[in-house]
Amino acid sequence: MSLRIVVTVKYVPDATGDRHFADDLTVDRDDVDGLLSELDEYAVEQALQISENSDDDVEITVLTVGPEDAKDALRKALSMGADKAIHVEDDDIHGTDAIGTSLVLAKAIEKAGYDLVISGMASTDGTMGVVPALLAERLGVPQVTLLSEVSVEDGTVKGRRDGDAASENLEASLPAVVSVTDQSGEARYPSFKGIMAAKKKPVESWDLSDLDIDAEEVGLEGAYTTVDGAAERPARTAGTIVKDEGEGGKQLAEFLAGQKFI
Amino acid sequence: MAEVLVYVDHVDGAVRKPTLELLTLARRIGEPVAVALGNGAGDTAAALAEHGAVKVLTHEAAEYADYLVVPKVDALQAAHEAVSPAAVLVPSSAEGKEIAARLALRLGSGIITDAVDLEAGDEGPVATQSVFAASFTTKSRVSKGTPVITVKPNSAAVEAAPAAGAVEALSVTFSAQATGTKVTGRTPRESTGRPELTEAAIVVSGGRGVNGAENFAIIEALADSLGAAVGASRAAVDAGWYPHTNQVGQTGKSVSPQLYIANGISGAIQHRAGMQTSKTIVAINKDAEAPIFDLVDYGVVGDLFDVVPALTEEIKTRKG
Repeated sequence: MSLRIVVTVKYVPDATGDRHFADDLTVDRDDVDGLLSELDEYAVEQALQISENSDDDVEITVLTVGPEDAKDALRKALSMGADKAIHVEDDDIHGTDAIGTSLVLAKAIEKAGYDLVISGMASTDGTMGVVPALLAERLGVPQVTLLSEVSVEDGTVKGRRDGDAASENLEASLPAVVSVTDQSGEARYPSFKGIMAAKKKPVESWDLSDLDIDAEEVGLEGAYTTVDGAAERPARTAGTIVKDEGEGGKQLAEFLAGQKFI
Repeated sequence: MAEVLVYVDHVDGAVRKPTLELLTLARRIGEPVAVALGNGAGDTAAALAEHGAVKVLTHEAAEYADYLVVPKVDALQAAHEAVSPAAVLVPSSAEGKEIAARLALRLGSGIITDAVDLEAGDEGPVATQSVFAASFTTKSRVSKGTPVITVKPNSAAVEAAPAAGAVEALSVTFSAQATGTKVTGRTPRESTGRPELTEAAIVVSGGRGVNGAENFAIIEALADSLGAAVGASRAAVDAGWYPHTNQVGQTGKSVSPQLYIANGISGAIQHRAGMQTSKTIVAINKDAEAPIFDLVDYGVVGDLFDVVPALTEEIKTRKG
């Protein structure tokens, strides 16, 4: 038996950088360093663990859609231990929204061939968290999402989804789309050996024509949503800061009472 | 007047507050038609009518509890076909966003998630979102198909607006995908008796400075004196001091209460992403240089083990 896992990853601007918008109201990716979205590291980690715990022949492909620099994200995932990578890059993709992104990813996943797709719970820039559900809808396979625990055995994926009201145990047959949360287990650091090995691993580049997608279906033109404006949130006005000299609790209570919270 | 579909989040017929907030926003765009599914769906009608629902479409079936997400998408799609609404509004829970996304794809529509405000516009509803760890706000609209929009809790006030709330049975045919992901077990969360974190008017949070699971008792005592929910920073959750369901921040809950009290939390960007839109922010921290103090309306530089109990005592005294 073999198990083909495709892990979708995103190259995002560093959240600790000074993120802002470009003139066309897309995320400015020039002025802030990019990196593999932290939440996608958990997806790579779970793919590796499934592989390590499996008697099957497991092949892990990492897939990203993004500009040239997005290769850095693939390289990181390869150095963690993924086997190969696919980079979908096309100038017409600039400005694509979640619906369009899911189209490109779904076509690429189908072209690559898969038994299991693993995604992170959300990107750290757009933070919508809807792409895994969209992929399941497009691929017509079960959605087993937001898992804090995941395992694969005998063609079945099982996992635990910790929701607000309840913790649920889920089960579905492969092929399926899974997403994992940051509670699924700390992602490993690439070893020196892993980093060296990653340099020799294959990275395929595909463009929209490889996926039979028309330029009009994606990009800003193809987007299903329009951003009319973006404004920096006004800085909060400086508050009152006191040093506790034994009366800090009382002073704070006084403030809260003044604000009618008590 | 155009109708607006509102997906009802309820527990066995008890409507949760974010849904009532959605009705307030829906009334700005058109006439709210609520869709309530699963066990107790019919029992939601009174509360929904009280807050402006002209119609309540209901459907009860075991599939809603036994399988993940897709049965609800099928039902919402059926409701969309029955009503041809001007927009579909869904609460921004993890599940709500997944339902909304799949529905949008089926309808050939765009989707906007995590709106914090919604207004009628010439070209359809305009949604306000808070992005990049709440450092920017954007105004967006759906430009193709029926707008599908998820809205965060605490984005609007709950308003009484009595309407007919006529209950109608919704006819739903489940798709082949509906039974794809089986829920084989469900463990309900134990109730703490405190308000739901994302819905609470006041949130009291603890971070690294709390320094131990047992010390969260003083955070809880402060929360209880104010009738608040308890939150925790990622550092506190990762250390195993408090459950992940209470985590505030980028990978936890995003909260927007009237009052947020941060105790022993430095205020890293990932935490700020989850609480920066709170109306009033208060912090207690030993480190005068902690970035959290850049956000506060009132801050106390001091040992939380001195300040928090003193504050709790003072609140109790004042409340008598």
